[in-house]
Amino acid sequence: MFLKKIPKSITFLFWMTVMLGVAYPAVVTFASQLIFPRRANGSLIVMKGEVRGSSLLAQKFESPRFFQARPSASDYAYVGAGASNLGSVSADLAKAVAARRAAWEKGFGAPAPEDMLYASASGLDPDISLEAALAQAGRVAAARSLGPDARAALDAAIRAAAAGAAGPIGPPRVNVVSLNALLETDPAFAAARIGG
Amino acid sequence: MGWKDYAIALLAFSGASVALLFLILVGQGHLPLNPQRFKGMRWDLALNTAVSFVTNTNWQAYSGEVALSYFSQSVGLAVQNFLSAAAGMAVAVAVVRGIAHRRGEGGGETLGIGNFWVDMTRSVLYVLLPLSLVLALVLASQGVAQSLSAYVPAVSLEGKGELLPMGPAASQAAIKHLGTNGGGFFGPNSSHPFENPTPLSNIVEMIAQILIPFAFPLLYGRMVGKRRQGRVVFAVMLALLAIGVWACVGSEIKWGTLEGKETRFGKSDSALFAVLTTITSCGAVNAMHDSLSPLAGMVPLINIMLGEVVFGGVGSGLYGMLALVIITVFIAGLMVGRSPEYLGKKIESREIQLAMLAIIAPNFLILAFSALAVSLPVGLVSLANRGPHGLSEILYAYSSGAGNNGSAFGGLAANTLFYNLTLATDMAIGRFGVMVPMLAIAGSLAAKSLVAPNAGTFKTDNATFGTLLLFVVIIIAGLTHFPALTLGPILDHFLMTMGAAL
Repeated sequence: MFLKKIPKSITFLFWMTVMLGVAYPAVVTFASQLIFPRRANGSLIVMKGEVRGSSLLAQKFESPRFFQARPSASDYAYVGAGASNLGSVSADLAKAVAARRAAWEKGFGAPAPEDMLYASASGLDPDISLEAALAQAGRVAAARSLGPDARAALDAAIRAAAAGAAGPIGPPRVNVVSLNALLETDPAFAAARIGG
Repeated sequence: MGWKDYAIALLAFSGASVALLFLILVGQGHLPLNPQRFKGMRWDLALNTAVSFVTNTNWQAYSGEVALSYFSQSVGLAVQNFLSAAAGMAVAVAVVRGIAHRRGEGGGETLGIGNFWVDMTRSVLYVLLPLSLVLALVLASQGVAQSLSAYVPAVSLEGKGELLPMGPAASQAAIKHLGTNGGGFFGPNSSHPFENPTPLSNIVEMIAQILIPFAFPLLYGRMVGKRRQGRVVFAVMLALLAIGVWACVGSEIKWGTLEGKETRFGKSDSALFAVLTTITSCGAVNAMHDSLSPLAGMVPLINIMLGEVVFGGVGSGLYGMLALVIITVFIAGLMVGRSPEYLGKKIESREIQLAMLAIIAPNFLILAFSALAVSLPVGLVSLANRGPHGLSEILYAYSSGAGNNGSAFGGLAANTLFYNLTLATDMAIGRFGVMVPMLAIAGSLAAKSLVAPNAGTFKTDNATFGTLLLFVVIIIAGLTHFPALTLGPILDHFLMTMGAAL
């Protein structure tokens, strides 16, 4: 009785696979490439014809010329991203947080915002809190030798990014990859590069 | 089809699905749409993954962008996302037909509970596919990737070269939520910005995963012709959901940190998602459950241990709850001293035994496998956290498998021979060990004649019955799992408040 159902199962599985495994993703791919080509292709950042990352995926920013992203348990790897999965009483987590706190206080001379102490879920969180972005602005401006006008423009850009991202839902946040890309492309910040 | 025929079709089809998926995963190196030239999966991981997707669990001991070709994802896994969801819906409506069947009252004399192939086709064509098409495009509009191109070579702003992952993620993410499957296209699941890029996509994903499970108790009321019966079940589920949201969001705001969470979701949206993904048997995650504060992490665990009946998986939540309804009717019958009846059908020892089997099977698996894992070095070596939190990781894994949820305390390194095989067994029995007894109950009830209601009939569509059902759900899970929970998350909580570091 069981064996009698096998041929029917295989036929059914075949046609369902054609419909759901081939036709369905093909239709979705075609439609999204047609309507939202930039987003369907990973919201890539392209500069001078070269792909410099995606505005959705964090990168490792170590230079003081850039705003830092949130800590990443997978060291910002694009492939093989992940979290620490450490629990509340983990000594390893406590040690990592203490090290991040010390590094932040040394680098920025201010108490660290919570999002810069704890690693993200994806390891690729592109956003930081408004507080964390504003706290980093002084160091970035110094490293890029920005004048007072450019410094004011930088703060304005940060606030504009946070206001744009917040919208009606979700916490206020600043996309650190887009912000850093702006630093590299906007003449107001890029011009100072020669001096920095 | 009679119930046996229906169950055999289900098992034959599921067997064929496991075989096909296993072959695709093992042989992906020789198959098309593999731009990164991934090799085939190791046999135990492929078996685990095949069983996982066919049972609507979507437990993942691999990381999608590291290990799977686009062919394996779209033609292999996503197809089972649809079909395992459809199988849950098919079995649910078959079980309800058995309960609703009116012998000789226009329902005919045949004892059929439906045709498996027709139910499968309808579930896919009328419900899952149209909704998925719309949802996939909504997700793509938010930035979920949908492309068949190879991984893109990129140079970071600081000048480091790296490959940027790509793939048909939107089409798969859509059905992953609608079908309460939960298997992520990328390793970090719905916390990955390519799989859940904005607060809006997050809300859409949450709605998608509760949509069909919310509809099922109401569908039940319509199918038995007494809408109040469905509403009582719905109300009990909603009450349990409300308790879960309050406990999880509350403790995460009080004790939680941003470890394992994304900035765009924050603490409350992460905790809310954790509840919704575990009351339904979805199992997608937008924050790492392993890093939730202990009590907040216990809520998803309890949701699964309740048997995935607080709305539950598509279809499976309803038939799981109906097992508990039958037990409640039995207990009510004992209390008022009458032979139990449900919707005009006598509930006799055969139905009670089958319902108990459907309830005991997953619960037994959770405790037995957890006990085995904590007693063996091969079980303990996979732990990421020491102390009670380590026990929570193991308990969560086998609960997630037996409840066909698929979320994890992800620190557990589950890609080992021991975990792949024990969890595959856990998932298979947790699925079919509930489906088959429930189909048998349907067959048995379909054959029964109606008993005319009289003054002594215990009503099952009012608040009294709802309250009784609520407590039966809580007491069965509580008696089974409270001892283990005290040694895991509860002890973990007290260690945290004491400031311990393990």
